[in-house]
Amino acid sequence: MKALYNYLKEVAFAFVSLANGLLLTLKYFVTPWKSIITENYPDNRANPSVADEFAGEVILIHDENNEHKCTACTLCQLACPNNSIQIISKQVETEDGKKKKVLDKWVYHLEMCTFCKQCIDACPQDAIKMTNSYELSCFDRSTLTKILNQPGSKLKEKPKVTAKVQE
Amino acid sequence: MISMIQFSDVLAWIHQLLSSCMAPWLVFLIELVVASVAAVVALLVCVIIMVYMERKVAGHMQLRHGPNRVGWHGVCQLFADIIKLLLKECFTPTRADKLLFVVAPVLSLCVSLLALAPISWGPGLVLWNTNIGVLFVTAISSMGVIGILMAGWSSNNKYALMGAMRSGAQIVSYELSAGLSIVAIVALAGTLNTGGIIESQANGWWILKGHLPAFFAFIIYIIASTAECNRAPFDLAEAESELTAGYHTEYSGMQFGIFYLNEYINMGVVSMVASTLFLGGWQPFYLPFDFGWAHAFNDIMALKFMETWPAWISWVSLAWPLVWFFGKLFLIIFFMMWFRWTFPRLRIDQLLKLEWKYLLPLSIVNLVIIALIVVLGLHF
Amino acid sequence: MENPIVTPSELKTEEFVVNIGPQHPATHGVLRVEATLDGEIIKDVLPHLGYIHRGIEKMTESLGYKQSIFLTSRMDYLSAHINNHVCALAIEKAAQIEVPARAKAIRIIMDELQRLTSHELWWGSCAMDIGAVTPFFLAFRDRERILELFEQNTGNRLTMSYIIPGGVMNDVRPDFVPKLKALIKSIKEYRKEYDQLITGNFIFQHRTQGIGILSKEQAISLGCTGPTARASGLSCDIRKLYPYDGYEKLDFKEVIDYGCDNWARYVVRMEEMNQSIHIIEQLLDNLPTGDYRTKLKGVLKLPAGEYYQRVESARGELGVYIVSDGGAKPYRMKFRTPCYSNLGAVKPISVGMKIADLMANMATIDLVIPDMDR
Ligand code: SF4
Ligand code: SF4
Repeated sequence: MKALYNYLKEVAFAFVSLANGLLLTLKYFVTPWKSIITENYPDNRANPSVADEFAGEVILIHDENNEHKCTACTLCQLACPNNSIQIISKQVETEDGKKKKVLDKWVYHLEMCTFCKQCIDACPQDAIKMTNSYELSCFDRSTLTKILNQPGSKLKEKPKVTAKVQE
Repeated sequence: MISMIQFSDVLAWIHQLLSSCMAPWLVFLIELVVASVAAVVALLVCVIIMVYMERKVAGHMQLRHGPNRVGWHGVCQLFADIIKLLLKECFTPTRADKLLFVVAPVLSLCVSLLALAPISWGPGLVLWNTNIGVLFVTAISSMGVIGILMAGWSSNNKYALMGAMRSGAQIVSYELSAGLSIVAIVALAGTLNTGGIIESQANGWWILKGHLPAFFAFIIYIIASTAECNRAPFDLAEAESELTAGYHTEYSGMQFGIFYLNEYINMGVVSMVASTLFLGGWQPFYLPFDFGWAHAFNDIMALKFMETWPAWISWVSLAWPLVWFFGKLFLIIFFMMWFRWTFPRLRIDQLLKLEWKYLLPLSIVNLVIIALIVVLGLHF
Repeated sequence: MENPIVTPSELKTEEFVVNIGPQHPATHGVLRVEATLDGEIIKDVLPHLGYIHRGIEKMTESLGYKQSIFLTSRMDYLSAHINNHVCALAIEKAAQIEVPARAKAIRIIMDELQRLTSHELWWGSCAMDIGAVTPFFLAFRDRERILELFEQNTGNRLTMSYIIPGGVMNDVRPDFVPKLKALIKSIKEYRKEYDQLITGNFIFQHRTQGIGILSKEQAISLGCTGPTARASGLSCDIRKLYPYDGYEKLDFKEVIDYGCDNWARYVVRMEEMNQSIHIIEQLLDNLPTGDYRTKLKGVLKLPAGEYYQRVESARGELGVYIVSDGGAKPYRMKFRTPCYSNLGAVKPISVGMKIADLMANMATIDLVIPDMDR
């Protein structure tokens, strides 16, 4: 008798437990407007749900006068674990005859970058940042090697006042 | 069914029309071809709906949209897939048994299409009105395993072989309880003819008239037929996480497509049989009670109110049994999909244990009770 | 008279070898398991490693300490924060860097969130290995919420490199705490659905209960750690035994089960998720204010010597052993990863079982292949 009771109890438990799961999936099935969580990706390009903080491609910040803050100190290049940064600098002569190292090319190898933020962390001038771009694939590998400083851009001069104080 | 125009009238009219201008053998040939093509096309349309439905059901149960790119809400996705499958190479492994490898999908398709012959789609709308209809379906559906075994054996792949062996063990076992629950209804109805079984349910479906045992038989049949179709949670033959794709691991292109199609045709046939036996086929819902509003309900269901309508409108009533037939078909199919997308898979020994230790004894006891009910005349 | 019946020797069956992996839906990565089968019964299991060996340990020898941390995210990609954490802790211990209280709290919150994501994903893939596909999507839905939080606060979703020597890379956003509170609330809701769909499921219980028995002695001798060992009754939670970064001040239970089977491993992980939520809740209300990191010099140098640090990762004890010669680069950096030791348990618990049980066993041990190979 006991065995029969246990047997029936087990069968009843089996049905109840299975029905429980079925109810959950049915709930999702009949309320798709609430339950569906996937995004219609290529359609929602206009307002993607990517956080501003998302660490994508590295860019060199340029202001409205086409000036950047990079002093070509190569600290980011040293910090990068993947050698995806190459700082090419050149010597120029300033008005007062001094030789000065300025940035010539800020070469960024996107194909080798792992978005680890080490370069951002290393930069003493806060000259670079990461954008939240995520559509980085392309058909031609060579387009992934980028020169980040815009043509004609130059180093942002430090405000004169602070320069005097430093002197 | 008290509608004014019956399918049998329409069919007889067509038959007369053809006979008046052709030799009898030609009439027979034309009728044969047209009828079979019509049945297969109807089934293929069902399969298309089923595949779309499966994707949408799976999608919505899994918090996804399902297909929604090709056409309106992805309705054309299947056609895109078919084109893709047709364009793909049908790859045959080097050490495979070439002949059997090619024959296997075709054979299983033929077998599952054969089971369609005695199905009654509507009143008088049956391809082969034979007095052994149900027996024929059960006999044919057990042959489906041959195609699977052939595919598994000829692929020369261990996964495929194991899948096929599992499938063989599974289908042979579950045949028994499926058969026994069919026999239960045959005993109640007193006929093997599908049309006859459906007509015997004019005053209530067997699942209602046959008391609890008929309901048990229905549940056993649903479980057993899900297993026979190799559907989850009994999809051991193609257990994705164990055997990659089971018996059709090595198939590609349209050969794979045929196996895929075959799965859905099997589901369709099984659901048709279930609705024929338990849910009254094309019979509308009927309350087997004897009081005021039950009568009124039954009259509405039988479209009594249409009798007074002009004859040309009553043509519409031709579609009524078809609506019920396909409605039940897709209801059962929805249940099978619902199970598939909810449950984990059983293990092979649990699968066989479920059949031999639980379902088979239960269905034998059930059959005995039904026999008693029939002998004592306890059913409605 | 000749005996017409075939003798058993003629009916002899043969064992055959099936390669499960490296491309197989059940191995969740490129692990190759060579299984010797007798029909459906497993006779022998031989895992082959090395398909995703990237030489992370060797690579660290040519990178600085700071740069090595980003590599560790790639070992166990499902618990990147914890991998970063162990490295950061070892370096801090060696260089005697003081970490601000806020950084410690953030680290623990991130670790526990990471443990939640990892266990949620494990839950989904475990159910999938046992044959139910829907839980996988539920798991991804819930994991996605946490990953979104990671994305907003750390910048990345999977390989964060957020925990660095001296603290954390950047401060959390001002809306971190309210968002996390809402998240915790919804995670608790979701946990109920997990139980409804899978834990309570009759088929699932029968697939896991009594399958894959790993005794306590075996667990000890194989070096199993984490939930795998705790399900065999072995107390091995590093957060309790060797607390770090303030775990000693928190109230949480070490989840131990004596069932030793797949079901026990399942239950332990499910309960650990509750404990993680509990830990996060304690920290949320009194998140310390102040600095989030101590500024370090550009090039970090460790005094010569050997250092070992361990933490409790989502899968078990994760240790790092650093040998420094006083230079800017490690002389040797060796990781003791939990999956590698836990993999050893696959054979003893699978032999004699059905092939379907092998998948269940590998699922409940929670193998992450890149963690084994490094
Ligand atoms: S994000 Fe990392 S890998 Fe990319 S450029 Fe910066 S330091 Fe190099
Ligand atoms: S980006 Fe920053 S770190 Fe890199 S060279 Fe320029 S100033 Fe130096």
